[in-house]
Amino acid sequence: MANIKELSRRPDLLSGGHRLCAGCGASIAVRQVLLGANAPVVAGCATGCLEVSTTPYPYTAWKTPFIHNAFENSAATISGVEAAYQALKRKGKIKKDIKFVAFGGDGGTYDIGLQSLSGAMERGHNMVYVCYDNGAYMNTGIQRSGATPFGAATTTSPAGKVRQGKPQQRKDLTQIMAAHNIPYVAQASISHWKDLVEKAEKAFAVDGPAFINVLSPCPRGWRTASDATVEIAKIAVQTGFWPLYEVEDGEWKLNFKPKELKPIVEFLKPQGRFKHLFKPENAHLLEEIQNQVNKNWEALKKRCGAE
Amino acid sequence: MAKTTTAPRARAKAKGKTVAMTGNAGCALAMKQINPDVVAAYPITPQTTIVEEFANYVANGQVDTEYVNVESEHSAMSACIGASAAGARVMTTTSSQGLALMWEELSIASAMRLPIVMHNVNRALSGPINIHCDHSDSMGARDMGWVQLFSETAQESYDNTIIAVKVAEKALLPVMVLHDGFITSHAIDRFDVLDDADVQKFVGEYKPKHALLNVDNPETFGPFAMPAFYYEQRKALRVALDAAKDIVLKVSNDYAKISGREYGLFEEYRLADANIAIVVLGSTAGTTKYVIDEAREKGVKVGMLKLRLFRPFPAAEIAAALSHLKAVAVMDRSDSIGALGGPVYLEVKAALYNSKKRPQIQGYVYGLGGRDTGPDQIETVIEDLKKIAGGKEAPREAVTLLGVKE
Repeated sequence: MANIKELSRRPDLLSGGHRLCAGCGASIAVRQVLLGANAPVVAGCATGCLEVSTTPYPYTAWKTPFIHNAFENSAATISGVEAAYQALKRKGKIKKDIKFVAFGGDGGTYDIGLQSLSGAMERGHNMVYVCYDNGAYMNTGIQRSGATPFGAATTTSPAGKVRQGKPQQRKDLTQIMAAHNIPYVAQASISHWKDLVEKAEKAFAVDGPAFINVLSPCPRGWRTASDATVEIAKIAVQTGFWPLYEVEDGEWKLNFKPKELKPIVEFLKPQGRFKHLFKPENAHLLEEIQNQVNKNWEALKKRCGAE
Repeated sequence: MAKTTTAPRARAKAKGKTVAMTGNAGCALAMKQINPDVVAAYPITPQTTIVEEFANYVANGQVDTEYVNVESEHSAMSACIGASAAGARVMTTTSSQGLALMWEELSIASAMRLPIVMHNVNRALSGPINIHCDHSDSMGARDMGWVQLFSETAQESYDNTIIAVKVAEKALLPVMVLHDGFITSHAIDRFDVLDDADVQKFVGEYKPKHALLNVDNPETFGPFAMPAFYYEQRKALRVALDAAKDIVLKVSNDYAKISGREYGLFEEYRLADANIAIVVLGSTAGTTKYVIDEAREKGVKVGMLKLRLFRPFPAAEIAAALSHLKAVAVMDRSDSIGALGGPVYLEVKAALYNSKKRPQIQGYVYGLGGRDTGPDQIETVIEDLKKIAGGKEAPREAVTLLGVKE
């Protein structure tokens, strides 16, 4: 792992001046992941905030080769780029070692792009897939996704007289990807930059597919202040909402293990999307969320042999 | 003006050998001889034997292609787009539902100006589900910015596959080669193939101007274009596709020099001295030639225009080739439901509208979902044309569905 001094000398492959919102977690995730490549890298991105905000024709924020194809196929597209690389390298037409990374938001990864991702991982392409998970379809105006947490209000799961935000639990994509038995799977957060860059370095270093799920808060969708992005991501980790862990060649490892988890309300309270849960009549929902976090945390600790 | 005839007489020049194999095997052989950098494909009836045959070439080390066994046709075209943007020579193949699942990707491939070559084995679109031939799959993709080359026989399908590679790379457009499901794909036919070395020499090395893998010159592919830029990019695509017509002719002429087989934009069969004619494409052209020969024996002056290039549509050349006729029947193996008739009918009729001299036109739909189209159906069409040409009947306003049960 490079130290911060070394990292500061690596080129920043996503320039400033892009059109993502102030306080957006996505660009932080991308810059940290690309630091971990430390080699020529071709990046792809699913349709979404990151893509529209970084490539408004005739401008581009990408200082590395970049391709956007469509919404559900960032993984398949980069798998094709990697296949071309393998063929041209075999034929001696390319000499350099090149890395490949596909980015997608949670909508483009958990939902519409899950098949494309699963297929690319199963085929064993030497590529990294990074999901920047902000918990909803933020680009189109905060619609619920398979990653939206239980109880969160979105524009398609609003809080109303008879419904209190999203009625379902979120999908555990990181574990779904671990079940693909690929060389490297990790869950990370933009708040823990050293952990994230290390995970990116490992993901790029393995021979074969790797997947990283990065919690990337969205001030617009979470209804948080734009200067609170890193802080809220940190609380997500400290409360056990978003545990940091990795699965390296089948070995599960918890990367952050507090003596005691902070109560989940510390994560929920600062976010406008959970405001309705703090009405007295919804106290049972807060309790339900806390129970679910505890249950998931215990199960993960068991898998990681960290009891 | 376009060269419009196929010339089997020129075959003496051809090197290579004569084979007996299915249309799909011929297509797989052409792919093997092209030896593309990347093939990303997903199996679907009746295309399956192409991906199987090609898998054997890969397994036996007869190609050094990176063969990506994707999990769907959407991912097949997505991976092809990635591989082509990366700078590789890329091919794929599909049918029907597979082409439908690729829909979104088809127009992205053409807009990104990627020279992907795809063989589509024509099969009816669901529903109801059906695995047999009609052209509803590729006709549905006619506005997606791809060059479309139809093949009557296994010979044409083999030749078009090789020609398509050069057309795609010169036009910087994706090319779709079509042949008829089961009729051409699975029937064993006798045809001539080139030597591997001649195919390699003909297609040459692909040297893309822009490539993702050129990491020293980073470029962004597939950016977001708002109203200030989108329209001009669509205009550029139209200009490029229109220009592909001359490229198809040029590449076909170059191919004739090594194969002895000449192809134009379309084939004229006994058309010059005809007063009535049938416009058709695909394998039914063979049946039509047989019926025309019989009718000619009886003194009926009937000819045929068989379309090869459907996109870009060679409207002026077709209008010129048909303007001397009294009556024309256009036969579509797909319906444009809710329109006046099938897509070929609509195009041919529109192509002739501004001609000073033009024939009467009647539209037919036939053979949907693999319904057999025998000589009797073509004979009824000729009988109709005789009545229209003789002034005894006016062309029917509504499309005629041939061979459908009442």
